[in-house]
Amino acid sequence: MNAAVKPEQLIADVDHAHLDALEEEAIFILREVAASFERPALLFSGGKDSCVVLRLAEKAFKMKNAAHPSGYSGALPFPLVHIDTGHNFPEVITFRDQRVADMGERLIVGHLEDSMAKGTIRLSHPLESRNGHQTVTLLETIEEHKFDCLIGGARRDEEKARAKERIFSHRDSFGQWQPKEQRPELWTLFNTRIRPGEHFRCFPISNWTELDVWLYIARENIPLPPMYFAHERQVIRRKGLLVPLTDVTPPEAGETVETVQVRFRTVGDMTCTCPVESPAANAAEVVAETLTVTVSERGATRMDDRTSEASMEKRKKEGYF
Amino acid sequence: MTTTPTLTSLAAPQGGVEALRAAGRASALRFLTAGSVDDGKSTLIGRLLFDGQAILADQLDTLERRAAGRPIDLSLLTDGLEAEREQGITIDVAYRYFATKTRKFIIADAPGHEQYTRNMVTAAAGSDAAVVLVDITKLDLNEAEVTLLPQTRRHSLLAQLLRVPSIVFAINKIDALDDAGAGFEKVKTALDKFAAAAGLNVAATVPVSALRGDNVTQPLDAPWWNGESLLQVLERLPTVAERTDAPLSLPVQYVQKDAYQSNGTGVQPRVLWGRIAHGGVKAGDTIEVLPSKQTAVVAEVRLAGETVDSAEAGDSAGLVLDRQLDVSRGDWIVTPGSATQTKTFPATLAWLDTEAAKPGRKYWVRHGNRWVQARISAIDSVLDINTLQPREAHELPVNTIGRVQMEVQHELPVEPFADNRVGGALIVVDPASHRTSGALLVDAQAAATTEEDW
Repeated sequence: MNAAVKPEQLIADVDHAHLDALEEEAIFILREVAASFERPALLFSGGKDSCVVLRLAEKAFKMKNAAHPSGYSGALPFPLVHIDTGHNFPEVITFRDQRVADMGERLIVGHLEDSMAKGTIRLSHPLESRNGHQTVTLLETIEEHKFDCLIGGARRDEEKARAKERIFSHRDSFGQWQPKEQRPELWTLFNTRIRPGEHFRCFPISNWTELDVWLYIARENIPLPPMYFAHERQVIRRKGLLVPLTDVTPPEAGETVETVQVRFRTVGDMTCTCPVESPAANAAEVVAETLTVTVSERGATRMDDRTSEASMEKRKKEGYF
Repeated sequence: MTTTPTLTSLAAPQGGVEALRAAGRASALRFLTAGSVDDGKSTLIGRLLFDGQAILADQLDTLERRAAGRPIDLSLLTDGLEAEREQGITIDVAYRYFATKTRKFIIADAPGHEQYTRNMVTAAAGSDAAVVLVDITKLDLNEAEVTLLPQTRRHSLLAQLLRVPSIVFAINKIDALDDAGAGFEKVKTALDKFAAAAGLNVAATVPVSALRGDNVTQPLDAPWWNGESLLQVLERLPTVAERTDAPLSLPVQYVQKDAYQSNGTGVQPRVLWGRIAHGGVKAGDTIEVLPSKQTAVVAEVRLAGETVDSAEAGDSAGLVLDRQLDVSRGDWIVTPGSATQTKTFPATLAWLDTEAAKPGRKYWVRHGNRWVQARISAIDSVLDINTLQPREAHELPVNTIGRVQMEVQHELPVEPFADNRVGGALIVVDPASHRTSGALLVDAQAAATTEEDW
C-alpha cells in the first residue's frame, strides 16, 4: 500500500476499546482521590496532559450539557492549581484563564515571584531557567492550602524515573519522593493513608502514552492552547533545538533569528521549552505525525532534561511534579 | 516531517498505523517479567522495545554514548533510577508500553532481587500473564535432573498465588550453550515437573537469547526449534475479564452529593459511584445495600458524564436510587440475597513488610473500598518454596507466603479470590508505619481444611 494516510480516517479507525479502557481507569482514579482525601487539588497548567486530565475530571464529576460554555454542567470536588513561573507563554495563560472561566471552577495560582520575594528562591542570574525552582513554590502552595493530594498529568512513558512511580505516590512531610520506600500498589486497592503534613501525588494517566493522549484529544475535541498546532514563530537554531525567541531567550552572539512553521509538543517554562518544525494543524494531524516521530517528547523539546541522565529523578526526589 | 506519511514510514514506531486499528484486535495484555538478578530481564524488555521499535532516537543516542563504541546495553533502557545504575540491579517495578500490529502491551518489569519481592507482587497483582526468566547458564546441566533455582520457584508460585492467569517460562541465554537444544530440553523437563507438582498454568516454555534477540520477536532459526517466539505467545494470551453473567456486585467508591440534576425536579440526586466487580445493572433493577441490607430500585444509571441504559462488570457506574438510603463509601450494592457476609475467613497471605506478620496484632485491611481493623487469628502454615510443603509457623517474615485465618472488625462480603479478584482481594496496612504490609487472597472455605492445593 502506497496510499497516504488521511488523518481524519486515522481517528475513525482508531482502537476505541483501548481508549475507553484508559478513560475508565483514569476516571476511577479521579473518583478515588475525591473520596479518599479531604483537600485534594488538580494541577492545571494549560499543558496538553493536564487538559486531558481536566476533561477526565469533567467526565468523572459532571454531566454533559451542550448548552454550557464548557460542555459540562456541575462542579468539580476540588480546585485547580497552577504554579506560574512568570516565564509562561502568555497565550497559555490566556487559554488557562478562559478555560477556567468557561467551567466556572476555582483556580489557585502559586507565583514563583512570590517565593523569590520571600527569599525562598534565589536565582543565580536573572535569565536562569525557573523550571527547577517551581518545586519550592509548589511545596509552599501545598503547605499554604494544606492540600493532601495533588492530581497531575504525568505519564510513565515520559521518562525512566516516571516509569517507576506509583499511581498514588506518597510524599513525606518535606514533600520528598522516596523511590525505595514506595508502597506496593496491589490491584486497585490503593493505600492512601497519611499522617498530617504528608501528601500524595496522583497520576490518573500513568498508563497512557503520548500517542494515546493525542488520540484522545482528537476523539474528544479537547481544547488546547493554539501553540500546540502549526503556526509561524521566530526561533533560533541552537544545539539541534529550535529555541523560541522571547524576552527571556534572546539570541546569543552570532545567532540568527528565523521564522519557521512550528508546533509545541509540550508547553512549559519559556526558558526550557522548544517547538518542532511541523505543519500539523489539528490533533488528528498531530497523531499522524506522532506515528513517524523518532525523537522522544522530552528529548526534542526540553533543554533541562539533557543536563544529566538522572536529572528527572533528582528533581522528583526534591518534590518536583 | 510530513502531514500525510506513507504506510512505509508509519509501519515503524509503536506498531505503526496498524496498531491504531480496532478490527480483530485483542485487548491490551498486561504482563510482568520476573527472574533473578542477572537473568537478563531488563535486557529482554529492552529487546522487546528495541525490536518493536518503541525506542526513540534520543534514547538510543544516550545508550550509544554510554556504550562508547561497544555494543549497546539494552538493559539500560529500563534501569531508570540512579541508584540502580550504580548497583546494576533493578530495584523497583517499571512500566513499559509497546504495540505490535495486533496488540498493545503493558510490561511491569519486576525486580528479581530477593528483598524486593514485594515489587514482584505489585507487578503480578494486575497482570494477565507472567514471563518467568530462567537463566540456563546458572543451572547445572550435567545433573540427571536439573535443579531449578529457588527464585524460579518463588516467582512462579507468587504468580500462581496471585492468580496470574498464564505463566510463560522463557529460558534465556541459550546463545551461551554449545548444545542449546539439549540444554533447553533438560531445563524444560525440570520446569514441566515443577509445574505439574505446583499446579501451575503454564501457557508456553520458550528458548530465548535476549542478548542476541533469538526467538524474542523473531522465531529462532535452529533445527531443534519449530515452536513459537516469545512475542507470538504474548500476542495470543487471554486477558482477565470479570464475569458479566453473575449477580451484581458493586463496591461503593464515591458518594456524590452535589451531583448535577438533569430532570429539573429540584431534587438533588445522590450518585453512588463504583466499578462493578461482577454482573450488571440497569434502571428498574432492585438492589440491596450491604451491610445495612436496605433495598431500593435503581432509578438511573450513569457512566462518565452521561445517563446510560445499563452498565456491566468493569464499568465505573453511578447509580441513582429511587429513595434516599444511608449509603457510604465502602458499602456494597448487590443483587438482593446474593452475597454472604462474614467476620472470619481463611486466606493466603503474601507478606511484604520487613516487620513480620504476627497473630493477634491489629492491622488495617482494605476490602473493596472499606477500611476495617483486622487481626490474624491464626497462622496455619507457611509455604516452603522449595518443597511446596506447608510448614508450621508462628509468624510470617518478609517475602513469605502463608495460609492464615483472618478476623475482621465488621462483616465483609468476601468471595474466594479464584471467583472474583475484587471481592477476594484485600491489602494489609501497618497502622503504625502505614506501609502496605501484605496482600490477602481469600481462600474458598472448603479449601482451607486441605493442604494439597498448595
